[in-house]
Amino acid sequence: MKRAGFSHRWLPILFLVPQLAIIFVFFYWPALHAIRSSFFLQDPFGFGENFVGLKNYTAMFKSAAYMRSAWFTVIFTVLVTVLSLSIALLLAVKADKVIRGAKTYRTLLMWAYAVAPPVAGVIGLVLFDQSWGPIKDFVALFGWDFRLGVNYFDTAFAMIFVSVWKQLPVNFIFFMSGLQSIPKSVREAALIDNRSASGRFWDVTFPLLAPTGFFLLITNITYALFDTFGIIDTIVKGKPGNNPMTLVYKVYVDGFRGNDLGGSSAQSVVLMILVLALTVFQFRLVERRIHYT
Amino acid sequence: MTVSKRFRWSAVLDHSILIMGALLMILPVVMLLQMASTTDVHTMKNGPGLVFGDQLPLNFQKAMFKADGFTGANTGVRMLYNSMILGFGFAIGKIVVGMMAAYAIVYFRLRFATLAFWVIFTTLLLPLEVRILPSYEIVQKLGMLNTYQGLIIPLIASATATFFFRQFFRAIPEELVEAARIDGAGPIKFFVDILVPLSRTMIAAMFIIMFIYGWNQYLWPTMITTDEGMYTLVRGIKQITQVNEGTNLPEYGRSNLLSIIAILPPVLIVIFFQRWFVKGLTESDK
Repeated sequence: MKRAGFSHRWLPILFLVPQLAIIFVFFYWPALHAIRSSFFLQDPFGFGENFVGLKNYTAMFKSAAYMRSAWFTVIFTVLVTVLSLSIALLLAVKADKVIRGAKTYRTLLMWAYAVAPPVAGVIGLVLFDQSWGPIKDFVALFGWDFRLGVNYFDTAFAMIFVSVWKQLPVNFIFFMSGLQSIPKSVREAALIDNRSASGRFWDVTFPLLAPTGFFLLITNITYALFDTFGIIDTIVKGKPGNNPMTLVYKVYVDGFRGNDLGGSSAQSVVLMILVLALTVFQFRLVERRIHYT
Repeated sequence: MTVSKRFRWSAVLDHSILIMGALLMILPVVMLLQMASTTDVHTMKNGPGLVFGDQLPLNFQKAMFKADGFTGANTGVRMLYNSMILGFGFAIGKIVVGMMAAYAIVYFRLRFATLAFWVIFTTLLLPLEVRILPSYEIVQKLGMLNTYQGLIIPLIASATATFFFRQFFRAIPEELVEAARIDGAGPIKFFVDILVPLSRTMIAAMFIIMFIYGWNQYLWPTMITTDEGMYTLVRGIKQITQVNEGTNLPEYGRSNLLSIIAILPPVLIVIFFQRWFVKGLTESDK
């Protein structure tokens, strides 16, 4: 609060009411409701519910389908994060270095930020189409018989490919702004000290980009967990079947389609705990964040 | 001689990497456009190719005015209209609500300011996706399924904009509000005549990020809107690809062109307001 702030009895309350009302109705109420439902077993026809304690949770962790989905989510998240971060870093370093056409490259590499995930999914469907998909044709040259939506591994590959593609612009933009905040004097000093470009990158640029990198790491994990929903839903065409699915997609499938409210709520609560842990981790990193400038 | 030569080779390498990256981002969308420029029969046989056809106007007409489903309400025009309402409604709603709350927290002596702060900022921790089912139930109880309110308001229930404006207001020098008070400005006058004009750039940057975020929403509209007249473009695409699945001659031209129309407004905003967009993105996410 500002020292010279206003004192007024009801005006600040009036200003806070819209935000607080929306938050209570559409945030706290549903979040608490999810936690409560996770301890109950609902009647599928809407006739009441029974308290079952932790049964929804134990059933969940014992379920082979849930554990398979959990493992897929872990592998998916790691691959999407690592691939999109490293490709974006390479492109950002090069775009920061070149003089000619720098602005054009920047625009060309960041516009796809605005592409909605389901549209990225549609692009995936075309690229990997069974009869004439360009990437499917290309990998066929190496004897890879690509079957999207049929083969578990192939479908996972397409999901990861599209998810990485969609996340590249975000990472590129943040790495670019990180690179541009490195002071010119530091760059010049590095140029004198170190003749080799790769040496300069690893000794000077990379450590200076570490705060951006940590921040992006959390952002990318959150993206892979939650924002890829539209990509996955489009690629499996709304028919998950035996296809790979992330935990968020499973919450939706079990709860919304399968009407297993208790089980789905238990899954939601596990995801909440996961996000909370990530955010706490992120806040601690931000606190310790080192500024060189 | 050797130095200059090595330098040039590294520049060639840099440009090749950048060109490959740019092609990776652009080619898929060019491919959608090419497929939308040929007849569906041609596409079904050959897939994407290198030659553009002359079917774009016809496919454009189908994309904008044709509908499928039972009611025939989900034409491209209707979905574009709904997307606009979602994008603008979400962005404006979020900025207005967020600015007001941030103003109350930063500029007023409030007994429960710290409590309000924590109550509001806890919402940053949990995305809508983890509480999607109970949120749906509540919207259903309130009778807001298939309404614009039901679509927009629950999406506003996270404090990103509030947090952003709080940081910005705190960085504004103390002297400003002191001077305004000495000149006799009350809290409302200070907010409307000084703080809002001062935040113009921030508002623009925030608006761009929020508009794109709202426009691109998928899961929430999929659950909340079952009435075809309420579909947004991003939500409606799924319906069309699913209809394509079941037919002998999928309408590739129409669905691909709709996909392009769905990404066009946000993409144009990113390209033409690049500076504000980058500012909004890099400063709001931290």
